[in-house]
Amino acid sequence: MLKIKNLEAGYGKLRVLKKISLHVDPGEIVTLIGANGAGKTTLLSTITGLIRSCGGEIVLKGENITRTPAEKIVGKGCSLVPEGRQVFATMTVRENLVLGGYVQHARGNKKFRDYLEHIYELFPVLKERWDQLAGTLSGGEQQMLAMGRALMARPSLIMLDEPSTGLAPLVVKAIFGVIRRMREEGNTVLLIEQNAKAALGVADRGYVIETGKIILQGPSEDLLANKDVQRAYLGRDVE
Amino acid sequence: MSFELFIQYVFAGLTYGIIYAIVAIGFNIIYNTTGIINFAQGEFVMLGGMIAISLQKMMPLPLAIALAVAITMVVGALIEIVFIRWLDRPSVLRLIIITIGISILSREVALHIWGESVRALPYFVGNEISAISILGARVSPQVLWVMGVCTVMVILLSLFFRYTLTGQKMQACSANRKAAILCGINARNMVTLSFMLSAGIGALAGCVMSPITYTSYDGGPDLAIKGFTVAIMGGLGNSMAAVTAGLMLGLIEAFSISLMPMAYKDAIAIAILLLILFIRPHGLFGRKDAAGLKEF
Repeated sequence: MLKIKNLEAGYGKLRVLKKISLHVDPGEIVTLIGANGAGKTTLLSTITGLIRSCGGEIVLKGENITRTPAEKIVGKGCSLVPEGRQVFATMTVRENLVLGGYVQHARGNKKFRDYLEHIYELFPVLKERWDQLAGTLSGGEQQMLAMGRALMARPSLIMLDEPSTGLAPLVVKAIFGVIRRMREEGNTVLLIEQNAKAALGVADRGYVIETGKIILQGPSEDLLANKDVQRAYLGRDVE
Repeated sequence: MSFELFIQYVFAGLTYGIIYAIVAIGFNIIYNTTGIINFAQGEFVMLGGMIAISLQKMMPLPLAIALAVAITMVVGALIEIVFIRWLDRPSVLRLIIITIGISILSREVALHIWGESVRALPYFVGNEISAISILGARVSPQVLWVMGVCTVMVILLSLFFRYTLTGQKMQACSANRKAAILCGINARNMVTLSFMLSAGIGALAGCVMSPITYTSYDGGPDLAIKGFTVAIMGGLGNSMAAVTAGLMLGLIEAFSISLMPMAYKDAIAIAILLLILFIRPHGLFGRKDAAGLKEF
């Protein structure tokens, strides 16, 4: 699905990503965990073309998208749910979702209403609030809206940037429930999290990123059992 | 004040009011996709009028107007492409200074081409002295043209933004540019489109009003100030509110003439602008919750 080889990127002269390589296979949930400033968000921004890479390559479904402009990436089947939700605050919930499905619409796909119903079924609260301004929703509802908006594009790969940040535990549980369901429905998920326990709990495999480098990778159970991971990301003291 | 005189003032107020509203909507369209105030909006109105005046010597009036609107739209697009499109993450302040520069530049270019003289398009129907009697007031048919054309523009624009995907895309770029790009929307094209749209409606307004208000190279800033007042009164970005606010300002100005010397007319608009900025910066009809979510 997604293959990243020796990717390097940064802001100005500052190199944040140092030769990152990772891959996500179809139907997998893969998580990338790491501390603040490790380069997680930068990696997603580079994949979606918001930041230009300065080395390496990104291959999506066999196609090299390293130099593809940001607005074209989503049309190739890769959607990002950005950090901090980034909903269209001054527009209604329904308008947000409709715009999420823009790439399908531009392609002349007429099944748009079904997609909307599907999102309302995944997140019933969005149906209740369809006419409300997105900016007036609670944090959890905004996260659901951001996920719904990304799903409206019918991506084959959906990338989530810290969906649990700042949300109540109960809401986090619901969000992770939806992530599981997305996989059941055939999506491939790349999940970026600081909440390593929850992320590894839902993912098949994981990568650990530290100061722009992948330092560990493996099946989730192995990472959960790994002493370094436990000490650094799960807050557990290991004798 | 006699009833006939009252009606006369009402018509004068509504005519100017709807023109202010169109300029305000021009502000709003560009504000809605870029988050900036384009202070060259008044120049679009002036350019539309001036180009139509030059063209109508060679061709029938409707064709001259259509061509003038099209040319002004191209100018709007060019301005965006040359001065704004290539900027990498410009700040709001920088963009505003640029539009002020564009406003000055367009005025100088217009002065060079058309000179200082005041010009006007011919009346669409009849001439300066033809008038229709409405409720005892004598109203020029051109006044009805201004009101009619501007009203149709307002209705079409509001339908465009609410019900067309392109309109929604333009709004999305305003609400959150990064998220819009992530939805696959080409934000740069939306900005160019918003400049074209603003230029087009400004130019058309400039043409229909030219016979009664006249057109001169330096007519832009006055209109821009009135339009800006109206845009702020209505709540930035809210075009329907701009219409109500525009008509209010037009009526207030018209009736002020009956009470105060004419020279105070412009001072009233500025006084209203300041009052609104002090008391209700989100506008008379703006949703406070929406205003709080905007950056500027």
